[in-house]
Amino acid sequence: MVYEDTISAVATALGEGGIGIIRMSGNQAIQVADQIFIGVNGKKASEIKSFQAAYGNIVDEGVIIDEVLILVMRAPRSYTREDVVEIHCHGGVTPLRKILDLTLKQGARLAEPGEFTKRAFLNGRLDLTQAEAVIDIIRSKTDSSLKMAVGQLSGVLSEKIRELRYEILQMIAHLEASIDFPEDDIEEMTIEEVTQGVRETMAKVEQLLATTQTGKVLRDGMATVIIGKPNVGKSSLLNALLNEKRAIVTDIPGTTRDIIEEYVNIQGIPLKIVDTAGIRETADIVERIGVERAREFVDKADLILVLLDSSNHLSTEDHQVLALLEGRQAIVLINKSDLPQVLEMDKVAELVPGKKVIRLSIADEIGLDQLEQSIVDMVYGGHIKQGESAIVNNVRQAHLIEQAGKHLEDVLITAEAGMPPDCLVIDLRAAWEKLGEVTGDTVGEDIISQIFTQFCIGK
Amino acid sequence: MFVVDHYDVIVVGAGHAGCEAALASARLGCRTLLTTLNMDNIAMMPCNPAVGGPAKGHLVREIDALGGEMGINTDKTCIQMRMLNTGKGPAVHALRAQADKHYYQANMKHVVETQPNLDVKQLLIEEILVSADGSVKGVQIETGEVYYAPCVIIATGTYLGGKVFIGEVTYDGGPNGQRHAEKLTSSLRSLGITIMRFKTGTPARVDRRSLDFSKMIIQPGDDTVHNFSFMSNVATREQLPCWLTYTNEKTHEIIRNNMHRVPTYKGIGPRYCPSIEAKVERFADKTSHQLFLEPEGMGTEEMYVQGMSTSLPVDVQYEFLRTIPGLENVRIMRPGYAIDYDCVDPTQLKPTLEFKDIQGLFSAGQSNGTSGYEEAAAQGLIAGINAALLIKGGSPFILTRADAYIGVLIDDLVTKGTREPYRIMTSRAEYRLILRQDNADLRLTEKGRAIALVSDERYVSFTHKKQAIEQTLALLKSSSVSPTAEVQEKILAMGSTELRTGTTLYDLLRRTELSYESLQAKFDLPVIPAAVREQVEIAIKYEGYIKKQIEQVERASKLEQKQIPDDIDYHDIPSLTLESKEKLSKLRPLSVGQAGRISGVSPADVSILLIYLEQQRRKGEQV
Repeated sequence: MVYEDTISAVATALGEGGIGIIRMSGNQAIQVADQIFIGVNGKKASEIKSFQAAYGNIVDEGVIIDEVLILVMRAPRSYTREDVVEIHCHGGVTPLRKILDLTLKQGARLAEPGEFTKRAFLNGRLDLTQAEAVIDIIRSKTDSSLKMAVGQLSGVLSEKIRELRYEILQMIAHLEASIDFPEDDIEEMTIEEVTQGVRETMAKVEQLLATTQTGKVLRDGMATVIIGKPNVGKSSLLNALLNEKRAIVTDIPGTTRDIIEEYVNIQGIPLKIVDTAGIRETADIVERIGVERAREFVDKADLILVLLDSSNHLSTEDHQVLALLEGRQAIVLINKSDLPQVLEMDKVAELVPGKKVIRLSIADEIGLDQLEQSIVDMVYGGHIKQGESAIVNNVRQAHLIEQAGKHLEDVLITAEAGMPPDCLVIDLRAAWEKLGEVTGDTVGEDIISQIFTQFCIGK
Repeated sequence: MFVVDHYDVIVVGAGHAGCEAALASARLGCRTLLTTLNMDNIAMMPCNPAVGGPAKGHLVREIDALGGEMGINTDKTCIQMRMLNTGKGPAVHALRAQADKHYYQANMKHVVETQPNLDVKQLLIEEILVSADGSVKGVQIETGEVYYAPCVIIATGTYLGGKVFIGEVTYDGGPNGQRHAEKLTSSLRSLGITIMRFKTGTPARVDRRSLDFSKMIIQPGDDTVHNFSFMSNVATREQLPCWLTYTNEKTHEIIRNNMHRVPTYKGIGPRYCPSIEAKVERFADKTSHQLFLEPEGMGTEEMYVQGMSTSLPVDVQYEFLRTIPGLENVRIMRPGYAIDYDCVDPTQLKPTLEFKDIQGLFSAGQSNGTSGYEEAAAQGLIAGINAALLIKGGSPFILTRADAYIGVLIDDLVTKGTREPYRIMTSRAEYRLILRQDNADLRLTEKGRAIALVSDERYVSFTHKKQAIEQTLALLKSSSVSPTAEVQEKILAMGSTELRTGTTLYDLLRRTELSYESLQAKFDLPVIPAAVREQVEIAIKYEGYIKKQIEQVERASKLEQKQIPDDIDYHDIPSLTLESKEKLSKLRPLSVGQAGRISGVSPADVSILLIYLEQQRRKGEQV
């Protein structure tokens, strides 16, 4: 076998279908499965015969993530001729994401585009005629994922990553300069300075991760609030979004239940409709709680859906609510009623520059597709903002940044153990490289250039 | 055309690369000719007479482990030795020696002169002779005579088209008033070889008697006697100190006022070895730079002014040197100068240092765009070995990045090339923790033995050391201690903390505050040589980190082992990007691992290449 590491990926299309599959391949695949799977009869993945399925739960630190079927195919009788484990779970994005994350945490690595197929070929599983196809897959998937990666790389993110990398680079250059030029006039970095620097950078990495879109939107759902006057159709909108064609992502055991939340799956994106009880029972947030409370909801939400009545002119309250939307992610919906139409779309659009305004007829199911598409565009187009700055917007980025953070943590452990500076550099470099993978900058020569820029060296 | 003689291998240039190349070739049984422009300047150190330092000292130890000469010669002829970086990890401890410039040359001259199979001659080579089939056949000298050989190693240092600059004065020549090789460059060009132009420089040498050492800080050698060579038994050594002093604002002002008198040379200089004028310009806010006065030897009053490399006119050199404490009355014996020279773009070479397109022609040392005696010697050794193997029909001798700094150096050169004189640095090695100077013998002696360059004497001593390390590690692993009152007392007495559970001495030695020696006294362990103790302690204390690096090496080695056939046509692989096709076609890497290190070749390209190779392999099977 050519490869020794274990790869993992979601094998089914995201957010579609009732079942989702996470597939792992590599000699640790079964071992990873053992760490996260508990069979109903206490069976481990390693005890399952090849090509047999077992029923059980995926568990993270004692908390059940999802009930699954697990399928083990041992080398060489598998697609890749390596040990392969497939985890069949519920098709929603949340379980898929969580389970994928768990496999990565237990030592698998996120598969590259076309990597399962590549391994299958290199391990002799596919025949020669398929080779061209494999190459095409790698090329096209790489190109498209590259395009996606570049497209999703917001200016803010690359700037933040470069900032972090520069901080780390300066530390590396300083340590390396003292190592490689001990006779030069370089003030050595103390362990305290290194740990201080690493802690500061780690804090920034954590901040960045806290805003992870995948982490928050895809894992926890996109906090969504529907605002509108009584009888404008909020309940109908919710029900339309909840209609049986869409799977409801059920509440996850172990997560908090004291706020009543409804999950709606929009093409794989879980919308967490906040305080739906309020909507359903009183059907009137604005009048019941006033604009001030509406502002609180708006502040907490990732997405605001404002529902206006096409038969009424805008009231003062409507104006106030629309004014709240500035700088927020919002979609304004104008719901058609049976009464004469007086509200002009253009006028509304003028009040909320840059926001999508959609004409809707919930009763006739007109405009719902457009609403869905707008939400999808926001998330996958990287336009969604969460809180201050949601700038990490895909699994790959989040995973890499997380790994960089782990390497920084290891620097501290190494420092704690009293190890010398050249040992500190190992994980500093690894962190620097991981962050570089996010932006596509991983040139080793940078370190050497930085040494000569930062220090006057020479005999 | 008068053919003087036939050899197996001809080495052009007898500097640090040339000497190692010739010795290796001759020792492997090839009839070898070593040529030099001047018999009195064999193994000359035209810059400071120092050997070693971080990564460079590692190279010397590696050269030694493979049966090279530099380490032994330095141990024998040096006038000071220090272990640098002792406050840092063992991987970056670095031995640095101050050689006696003349003794170093004289001793190396005698070694090459007395080497069986080796002739040393003063000749100026003007042309490389190549036969119709594109393989090398010999050299022609300036007076027209010809020497034939199927292998020629270019080791011309800074002599190729050398041009010296001292202020307004410029002349053609090699370093230190030597001749230069004028016509050889055009001979190489006519063979289709791409030539680059680099620059280097050196400071003034000053009269010891004109210096006031009371104004400087003494830098003595270590009290402990160190040796580069695993075979040297030098136990006492007379040492001379170096002296430290600093420039000041006045020095910088003089330099700044004379910037217009800095000559303009074509060559690209090294960033790690800037002239004092470059330092003053680039780090304008630095009010002082350090410099060392280093003795050039026991039998000379010349001292090297390290840190003050310059090509300013002599009057300016006098003026700024005299502003420095201790140098107020300095008398210059040789002024500083800059030199630019032709060198070969090393991406034209295989990792054996043979030209990809000219069979039997090798290039090694500064003529490959490197700088430093150690880098030169390392390449010379590899070129010499591979030339001999080519003659003998053996398979190429290539060290990987995981084997040695020599591997890092050569892989960098032939895969990435260089845009400035290349210097080895520990930060260039990805497996630094494994590539230590203390374990160069453990890494390389077996490899040197396999090609018959390692003598019986060296091999026996190596085998004993290796066994002692293994036995000690096994003993420590099998020695258990329990937290009894007696044991706790012993451990506290060693300045450590009490045991919580039973453990082995092996695990106990992980504690940073404990050494083998301290355990040995308390737990009746055998007395072992210091070199064995060192290996045992490093193996235990750094086990986690070393293991991590070994895993990285193993992962990477899969791709390193995937060979790329010589006749591959990259334009036949449609899915490769155009940039990759061009780079790969030009550099013709030997393995997929090497291909992946070429700038512009992406991981996706590597995958595609792997699949293509597998596809070709299976097609081959079907036939």
